[in-house]
Amino acid sequence: MSSGGEHHPHPPSDFEARAKALESLLVEKGVLTSGSIDKIVDAFEHDIGPMLGARAVARAWIDPAFKERLLAAPKSALVELGITEHQVEELVVVENSAAVHNVIVCTLCSCYPWMVLGLPPTWYKSAPYRSRVVMEPRAVLHEMGLDLSTDVEVRVWDSSSDIRYMVLPERPAGTEGWGEERLATLATRDSMIGVANAANATSSGPAGAEA
Amino acid sequence: MNGVHDMGGTHGHGAVTIEADEPVFHEPWEGRVYGMMRGMRAAGVFNLDQFRHARERQAPAEYLGSTYYQSWLSALELIARETGAIVPVETLPERRPEPTFRAGDAVMTRNINPRGHTRLPRYARARRGIVDSVHGPYKLPDTNAHHRSLDWEPVYTVRFEAQELWGDDAEPHTTIRVDLSQSYLEAAP
Repeated sequence: MSSGGEHHPHPPSDFEARAKALESLLVEKGVLTSGSIDKIVDAFEHDIGPMLGARAVARAWIDPAFKERLLAAPKSALVELGITEHQVEELVVVENSAAVHNVIVCTLCSCYPWMVLGLPPTWYKSAPYRSRVVMEPRAVLHEMGLDLSTDVEVRVWDSSSDIRYMVLPERPAGTEGWGEERLATLATRDSMIGVANAANATSSGPAGAEA
Repeated sequence: MNGVHDMGGTHGHGAVTIEADEPVFHEPWEGRVYGMMRGMRAAGVFNLDQFRHARERQAPAEYLGSTYYQSWLSALELIARETGAIVPVETLPERRPEPTFRAGDAVMTRNINPRGHTRLPRYARARRGIVDSVHGPYKLPDTNAHHRSLDWEPVYTVRFEAQELWGDDAEPHTTIRVDLSQSYLEAAP
C-alpha cells in the first residue's frame, strides 16, 4: 500500500486497526463507550475552534470593560460569552501592543488553549516550530509572514505547566464602527497564537456600509 | 528525562511547514485516538503527566518519525499494557509546600537531569530569571507522572532574557517565559 503523504510515514491502515483494537479493549473494560468518543470528535470538528477565541477578541476590541475582565480573569469573562467548556485550571490572555508582541508555544509537547482555539494545527505540534520559536522567534515569525521591528519586544510563552495562553491581537486599523461579528472575522487562529497579526480590514471581503 | 521531546533550542528540524485548510483530524482513526485519550483520562486510567511521560518514553526515532496521533496511539497502547486499563486505586501521600517566591524575585533554575518525567526544559536549566507571576498550586509533574506522591506546588511564570538562554546567538529585544514548579527553582544569589 502506498503511503498517504507526509502525514503517513506508515500505511494508515495499521494505525486504523490498532486504534480499533484499543477502542474495543477500552469498551470491554468499561473505561469508556464509543458514543462518548463520537461526542468528543463531533465537538472538536464542529463546536470548539478558533471562532470561540475570535468572539472574545472581537468583544474585547469594542468593549473596554470586557477587555479588562478578559485580561484579569479570562475564564469567567469567557463564561459571559457562553464559553463554559474550559478543561484546564487556568487560562492567561496576553495582550499585544505597539511595544509588545506575544507568541505561544509548547516546547515539550503540544499544550494549547483548546477551550478557545480548538485542537492545534500540525505545525504548532511539529519539531521545527517547537525547537525554533523559543530561540529565534523573529526568524520564525518572518518566515510565517510577520516582520517585527526591533523596537517591539518579543515575548515567547512556553506553556510548560498547566497554564494555557491565548494572545489578544491588536485591533486592525480601519475598523472603526465595525460590529462585533464582522470584527471576529479578523481575529484569526494564527493571530491568537501570535504568529500573525489580526487580518487587515480589507481582507474581510467587500467593504460594508458600516466601515 | 533528557529526551527528543524536549525540543526547545535544538537544531536541524527544518522550516515550519504550514498545511492550508488543515482538517481537525486527517483520518477518522485520529479522532478515535483523541477521544480515547480524553476518555481514559476522565476514567482515571492515567493522569496528564503519565500520558506525557508515555510519549516521551518512545524511542527517539519513533517519536520523531511518527505523526502526532500515531505517537498518541502508541502512548495509549503503552499505558493500556502497563495498567491493564485498570484504574489504580491507592491513596498517595500529599505534600503542599507554601510559595517561597514572589513576583519580582530573582531565581536560578536548578540543573537537574532526572531519568523520569520533568517539565523543566533543558534550555532553561541553570539559568537566571525573574518571577513574573505566581500560579497554582499544581501537581508536580515529576512525581505525578510516576504515581509516587501528590505534590501540589506553586508554579511560577519565570521571565528569562533571550541572552541568558542563548548567549550571543540570541535575537534582540526578546524575552522567554516558562512556567516552572517551585522544586525547579532556587533563590538567585
